[in-house]
Formats: sequence, C-alpha cells, structure tokens
Amino acid sequence: MGVRGKETLVASTETAETTRRDFLYIATGAMGAVGAAAMVWPFISQLQPDASVLALSSTEVDLGQIQEGQIVTVKWRGKPVFVWNRTPKDIEEAKAVQLGQLLDPVARNANLPADAPATDANRAAKDQEKWLVVIGICTHLGCVPIGHMGEYDGWFCPCHGSEYDSAGRVRRGPAPENLAIPPYHFVSDTKISIG
Amino acid sequence: MSGHATFEPKNPALKWFESRLPLVGLIHSSFVAYPTPRNLNYWWTFGGILSLMLVCQIVSGVVLVMHYTPHVTLAFDSVEHIMRDVSYGWLIRYIHANGASMFFIAVYIHMFRGLYYGSYKAPREVLWILGCIIYLLMMATAFMGYVLPWGQMSFWGATVITNLFSAFPVVGPTIVEWLWGGFAVDNPTLNRFFSLHYLLPFMIAGVVVLHVWALHVVGQNNPTGVEPKTPKDTVPFTPYATIKDSLGMVVFLIFFSWFLFYIPNYLGHADNYIPANPLVTPAHIVPEWYYLPFYAMLRAIPSKLGGVLTMFSAIIVLFFVPWLDTSKVRSGVYRPLFKQFFWIWVAVCIGLGWLGAKPAEGGYIIAGRILTFWYFAHFLIILPLLGLFEKPKAVPASITESVLGKKGSAPASVGAQAPQTKG
Amino acid sequence: MNKLMSSLSSIAPLALRRGLIGAAVAGALVLAGGLAPASAQEHGGTKPHRESWSFAGPFGKYDRAQLQRGFQVFKEVCSSCHSAHLLAFRNLAQPGGPQFSEEQAKVVAEGYQIQDGPNDAGDMFDRPGRLSDHWPSPFPNEQAARASNGGAYPPDFSTLAKARTYEVGFPGFLIDIFTQYQEQGPDYIHALLNGYVDPPEGVTVPEGAHYNAYFPGHAIKMPQPISADQVTYTDGTPQTVDQYSRDVTAFMMWVAEPHLEARKRIGFQVMVFLIIFAGLLYFTKKKVWKAVHDH
Repeated sequence: MGVRGKETLVASTETAETTRRDFLYIATGAMGAVGAAAMVWPFISQLQPDASVLALSSTEVDLGQIQEGQIVTVKWRGKPVFVWNRTPKDIEEAKAVQLGQLLDPVARNANLPADAPATDANRAAKDQEKWLVVIGICTHLGCVPIGHMGEYDGWFCPCHGSEYDSAGRVRRGPAPENLAIPPYHFVSDTKISIG
Repeated sequence: MSGHATFEPKNPALKWFESRLPLVGLIHSSFVAYPTPRNLNYWWTFGGILSLMLVCQIVSGVVLVMHYTPHVTLAFDSVEHIMRDVSYGWLIRYIHANGASMFFIAVYIHMFRGLYYGSYKAPREVLWILGCIIYLLMMATAFMGYVLPWGQMSFWGATVITNLFSAFPVVGPTIVEWLWGGFAVDNPTLNRFFSLHYLLPFMIAGVVVLHVWALHVVGQNNPTGVEPKTPKDTVPFTPYATIKDSLGMVVFLIFFSWFLFYIPNYLGHADNYIPANPLVTPAHIVPEWYYLPFYAMLRAIPSKLGGVLTMFSAIIVLFFVPWLDTSKVRSGVYRPLFKQFFWIWVAVCIGLGWLGAKPAEGGYIIAGRILTFWYFAHFLIILPLLGLFEKPKAVPASITESVLGKKGSAPASVGAQAPQTKG
Repeated sequence: MNKLMSSLSSIAPLALRRGLIGAAVAGALVLAGGLAPASAQEHGGTKPHRESWSFAGPFGKYDRAQLQRGFQVFKEVCSSCHSAHLLAFRNLAQPGGPQFSEEQAKVVAEGYQIQDGPNDAGDMFDRPGRLSDHWPSPFPNEQAARASNGGAYPPDFSTLAKARTYEVGFPGFLIDIFTQYQEQGPDYIHALLNGYVDPPEGVTVPEGAHYNAYFPGHAIKMPQPISADQVTYTDGTPQTVDQYSRDVTAFMMWVAEPHLEARKRIGFQVMVFLIIFAGLLYFTKKKVWKAVHDH
C-alpha cells in the first residue's frame, strides 16, 4: 500500500511537471510564430501604393481645347483616360442601342451606383451628354484601344479584337466589361477634374 | 561525426523523394542530429546570429531596391522617399542601415571568439580562411552600400577609398579611373556600386554555405579546445543548440532594436543627410565605425603606398593565423600568457578604432604607429614565440571531464540519449 | 540594454564574464567612431546647450501646437530663403505631424502657385497648389539662391535637423546610447538661432557675414533671421526669439523625421515583445538543458 502510494505520488508530480513543460514549450513556440508573422507584415505592407502615389489622384482637363468629334487622351494615375467630344451622330447611335443587345449591361461608372444600367445617359457626363470620359484600358487584358475604329464607331482593341461603341460599351470580342468611367466632376463648364 | 540517429523517412512519398534527393536527410543530419559539444558557451551563438543578420540584410535590401533609384540626381531623394512615403519604409531602411552595423558587431565578436579559443587551428584552417573571405566580402559590400544614399559621406567615402588604389605604381591611376568609370566618382560609379552591392551578399551567402560545410566536416571547436571523444561529449544540435541559439538571437535582437527604434542615426554620420556635393568636402571625413581600426593604420603610415599596403596586410595577416600560432594547445583558456596578450591585442584594436575617428595629427599619429606596430607584432612575433615559450595549464582529458570535474559527481551517461527522451 | 547585460552576464560562464564586459566596452568604444562631427563642428563653434525636446526619449512625441507654430514661423519667415523640397502639402495633415485638417492643408496649398506643364501649347503654366504638390522652393536653382544671398546657399530644410550635430566627446557619447539622446541637430539649430551676439573683442567679421557663437568659424552669412514679435501667435505663446526658434526647430525635426512617433511607438511594442519572448526562451532553454546539466 505504501509502495503504491509512493508510485502515485511520483506519477502525479511527473504529470504536473510535464504539463508545465508543455505549456512553456507551447507558449514559447506560439510567441515565436507571432513574432515571425509580425515581422513579415512591414515587408508585405511596403508593396502597396505609397503615400506619394496615392496623393497624385487628380488630373484636370480643359475641355475648351477639344473640338467636336475629337478624342483627347490624358494621363491619370499612370493610365490613359479618353475624353471624347461626341458628335450628335455618335450620341444618336449610342442611344439607339437596346440594353438587351449589350454584352455588359452595367454602366461601370464610378460616379454612379454599381448596378446602374449601361444606358448612354449613365455613360456620358452628367447633364452634358456630348462628353464621354472613359479609362482607356481594354477590360480584357489591359491594352489601349484605338479610337474611331471598328464596326461600332467607338474603339477597337488591337490586341485581341474587342470592339466598343460610341458610349465605350463593349460590343464584341473577349473583353468582359464596358470601358470603366473614372470618378470626375466639372470644376467649371469647360473644365473637369478626374479623380 | 555520426553517432546520432540518422534520418529514415516512414512516409512513402518522402521515402520516394529522399531516395532521389536526400534533402530532408541533409537538413536532419546538419541541423538536427548534428553533434555539438555540450560545453559551448553563449559566444558560440554568434554564428547563428550572423546567419540571421545575413538573411535580414538580404531581405530588407531586396525590398529597398524596389523603391530606390540609382542615379545621382535621384538617389538621395529616393532614399528619403522610402523614409517618408513608402509604407513602413522608414523601418525597412533603418533595419538595413543599422543591420549593417549589427552584422559587423556580431562578426567581430565571432572572430574574437575564434581567436581566443583557437578555432583556427588544425583541422579548422580552411574553415577559418573561409571566414576571413566572408569578412572581406562584408567589408566590400558595406562600403558600396554606404555609397548608395548619395549623401556627403557616401560621396567622399567613395572618393577616398577608391583613391587608395591610386597608390599602386604605374597602374594605380588607371585602376581608379576604371573603378569610377570616369574622372571622378559620379553616376557610373554609383551604378556599378549598386550592381555589386546587390551581387556580393549572394556571394557571401555562397561562401557561408562553404563555411558551414567545412564546419560540419571538422566539427565545432569548444571552450576547452579538446575534440569530442565519446558521444557523452556532445549533444544533438536540435533541441540543444537550436534553443540556445534562439535565445542568443532574441537577446541580440533586443540590442538591435534599441538602436533601430530609438537611436537609428547614432551609428551613422549627420553629414550623410546632406546630399552629395562634389565641390565641397566635409571638414571631418570618417568611415563607418567598423573600418576605423584600418583607417587609423592607413593614416599612421607616412607613405601613401605604405599606408595602403599596411591596411590591406592587416586583413591578409588573419589568413595566416593558423600557421603563425605555433602552440600545441588550442584553447586560450589553458594558455595564461596568450590570454593576456589576447586582451592586449583586443585593446589595441579598440585603440586603433578610437584613433581612426580622431583627426590625423600630432600625438594621434604617434599612437597610431605604436598600435599598428603592436597589431602586426601580435601575429608575426608574439603568436609564434608564445607557442615555443609558454607553459600551458593542464588540458582536461575530455569535454565531459571539464564540465563535470567542478561538480565532482559521478558522470552518468546521457549525452546522446537525451534528445530521444525529449517530447 | 541593462536588461541585456545583466541577463547575459548571469548566463555566461564565470570565466567569460570579464571577456563579456571587455567586449561590451570594446563594442561601445568602437561605436565612438560613428559619432563623427559634421560640418567642422569642432573647428571653433561653442557647444550648444542640450534642450528639453518633447520628441526626445523612448516615449517622445511631437507637440502638435508647437509644430503648428513652427510651421507658421517657417512659412512666414524661413521659407522666403530656405526650401524644403521633400515636404508635401499633404504631409501637413498626416498623422504624427502638425495634423492640420485636410481642409487647412488644402488652403495652405492653394496659397501657392505651382509651376505645371507643359500644356497642349507646350507652355509651362502656374496653377494653385494641391495636396500632392511639394513645398515650392523660393529660388529656381542653387545659383539663383546664391546670387540672392551674398554667395551663400540657404540649405534645404528637408533633412537639415538630422544633418547637423556637434561633437559630444567621451564619455558623453557612450551615455547617449543608454539615455537615447539623439537631439544634437535640434540643439544646434536652436542654439544657432539664439547665437547672434556681438563678436568678442578683437574678432572681426568679414564683410557680408555675421557673428554667431555657435556657427563653425563664427562667421555666418545668414543675418539674424527672426526677431521678437515678428510672427503673431494666436494661442498666446510668448513671441520671443527663443520660443520662435524652439518651435521652428521642432517643426524642422518633424520635416526631417516625419515618422518618429510611429517609430518609437512600434519600438516600444517590439521591445516588450522581445523581452517577454527572451524570458520564455530562457526558461525553455533551461528546461531543455536540464538533463545535460544534471549529468
């Protein structure tokens, strides 16, 4: 009986010892893992656009210089933006298109709700329908489409043959979406600020 | 050096892989089962700390390059751009700048440790020489890295150091022009230094692999200098050395963080926050602290060529230490005279470092000459003679005896078995 | 550092303790070299006083009101000769700085004409500043700046507070490691701005220069830049030269080191983490090695 008791005692202290030791190992290991993860973060975080890049977010365009029918390309955040002074014919063509004919029925206009339909009114500048402002990046794989080309009188992308109409909406080809419209507003009647 | 468990995979997929490339087995034998002397003290953790610092410098450096522009008109501002605009850029740049100093603090401790315990002696000569090569590469890398921010000290440091090569007769001036890629330190110089600064760390990593390989062939030295004789003298690398090295690294990181977060410019020069100006030299040109002893030697010698040769010899002499030390006893622990001379030599190095930061005039030059002489005398006169005349103390028969001798208790056989019982 | 030393010396074998201390001293002494005095500081400048800066020490922070006042001094006085080309208007509103509101920063930016272009006609043109613009320099180039300032180039403020120092000497430079004193630059700038005194007997100052007790060589081209009541503070702060120079120096320090607050804050977190982690590792190490030490 006495011997038995002693054995139990030894066993129980060993268990306590083991638990304490395991806890120590786990705590140390966990802290090492947390430290390593925390150390990685700055090296990941530095990849994001830096403060000076984020600050360069607006570009002003003087519309007075753009003649009817002319498409002007300006740079905004390192990307081309097309500003098109559309002719009445271009506008008529765009308005005539039914939503059902579109490959992408969503306006893709950063100034409107995300689900706005891709009508010409939702694509053109607010209250000044002759102005169309779109980011000049094909929504397929990022090439710059060529203006006044293709079957739909809008843009034609030389890379993989996507075609856009006179409201910048994709009408044919691999591109999945309409040309995106950047956030912009009229500073005066003849000047817009993009971004 | 075997004697501990070898790696035998049970998982069939791993077995398949191991029979084609025994990678896990190599890692296992190098960093798990590898027997390390049981009596290593904390000075031995600096090898691991140095590996950590190399990784730290490479990782932070690769990231800095993502934002840095190597052009004379943009380099300074691009570094400041990192400090101001890049997310955590200030942290990464300060890690890299202070990390260089930490790397050198660790390497100097590592070298002093090797010199004290005779780690360069047979059969570790190649190991030692590889270490000297790493040190040389580190000096070159750090020098070129310091040029990249293109501040006043960058520019004038580069000018002075590259001009050292003009001391060589006949070819000197041509060498210097070729180093510069022009008639002064300028954009071509900055570009080639940038390229080489990126390349050299990977060469260091390559030589480190050889260094570790050589280490694993001959085994680690230990404070007694007595080679392990039985499995009782060693413990497996994991968990024993791993945990001890980890502790050493974290304590070192605390030291590092003190500088990094609180006094990040302490080890730098204020002048390097002034953009480089080829028309105005700062009044007081000093290299980074880790070059100061050599800089003191350069200035102590009155002849241009002599100074340059002395400076380079100070490093070259290290390559011959394994043969200059004639003592039969490896560890300084059992060499009473050597011990004293060792500490004198350490003091000489510190003294030279101090002189390197002082203006080269009057008493400083005299002191510089005396210390320079002593530096070389230590290797060329004292070390060879000590081996012949010194009476070493009795060396313990084995590592285990030296460890347990003090306690006087009967040794029980643990050593190799210990790891297997670990949960 | 103290913690490091004591924990290291308690775990290092006795025989090595002397070596450890020796190496620590060695390391510290070798670090001395890092303290190179800049700009001929040791050649005839009086040593500046150590001031009490809100941003010094491990928990240092900028004083927002002081930075705003300092900015006012910079804008109304210094910036007519000194550039600060790395300072962007957006910085004025970022955390850890003077923390003007974005609206205020925009108003400041719009008060300046920034050259932009070329436009479609190929001409450069001026437009009101935006947040992304950098502080416009008062002179188009260094030559123009020199021509207007008697041959001297008014240094750019961007990194100036970190580009100035004075020699601390032994053992001060070692003590600075432990006290974390790094404010030699601000000390010097503050001292310089208050250092315009009459030259001592027998000292003649060259034509076009001014005597300054703290400037290396004492002959400075910049005339005393500011006098009492020159800038009107709205918060009741005394309008003295000493106060102006403190405020503008703090502002310059922020311009030179805009992320100082984040650095010290993160530093404290890292330190706490590492010390606890080191403690855990120490006990783990002891546990692991127990079997070996006992036998």
